Amino acid sequence: MTADQIERETVIAAPVERVWALITEAEHVGRWFGDAGAEVDLRPGGAMTLRWSEHGTSIARIEQVEPHSLFSYRWAPFEDPGGEEPVEGNSTLVEFTLAAEGDGTRLRVVESGFAGLHCSHEQRAANLEGNTAGWKAELGELEAYASKVAA
Amino acid sequence: MGAPADEVLAALADPTRWRVLTLLAERGSGTATTLAGELPVSRVAVVKHLAVLDRAGLVSGTRRGREVRYTVRPERLDATARWMAGLASEWDARLAAIKRLAEE
Repeated sequence: MTADQIERETVIAAPVERVWALITEAEHVGRWFGDAGAEVDLRPGGAMTLRWSEHGTSIARIEQVEPHSLFSYRWAPFEDPGGEEPVEGNSTLVEFTLAAEGDGTRLRVVESGFAGLHCSHEQRAANLEGNTAGWKAELGELEAYASKVAA
Repeated sequence: MGAPADEVLAALADPTRWRVLTLLAERGSGTATTLAGELPVSRVAVVKHLAVLDRAGLVSGTRRGREVRYTVRPERLDATARWMAGLASEWDARLAAIKRLAEE
């Protein structure tokens, strides 16, 4: 067990350029990640703003941008309602790495820094509940978006 | 889904402390002296790590004569593991969503 980070990956039957666009372009991010638009200032130090009609705004601070291979940002997933600048003590680091594999893409995500979070047990429990509800709403949005694009 | 207290993750983030905890789990119980005998750190260092683990609710100690014998308390570790598993499944859902959009 690695206590301080989460690592997940998947293999996608689409080229890295396509996957890169989905995770970095506001047009896509704003429709399946948030439900009320997004702004992505795609450069180190740039902001990624995500808006939800019922769950407020979340601001992520972009750290690394290496086109088609690495995208990372720091966010405060347990601040609710969001809008808070991610800083030491309230945020975790999310790193997406992309690698071509045949005609497809291996997409890996690592979220780290949980041990550095400084919120109380009760606050985190409450925030997590809010966060989970937010994700359920988002996935519903995403499904609707996906079927519309597919139609 | 319960969330762990900060000190649980902080306690687990130190590799030596993690080693103390896993060794204690393997042995069933131990004292600072017996644990130090199996680790490349001093007894004093082990005492400090055990104190942090105790404060985080990950171990409990019972005084026997001059030594304190520690055992692992699995409840909070389990709660932390479940919390992390919940966050990991959220990422699974997000990656699945990206995959679905990418493959359309």
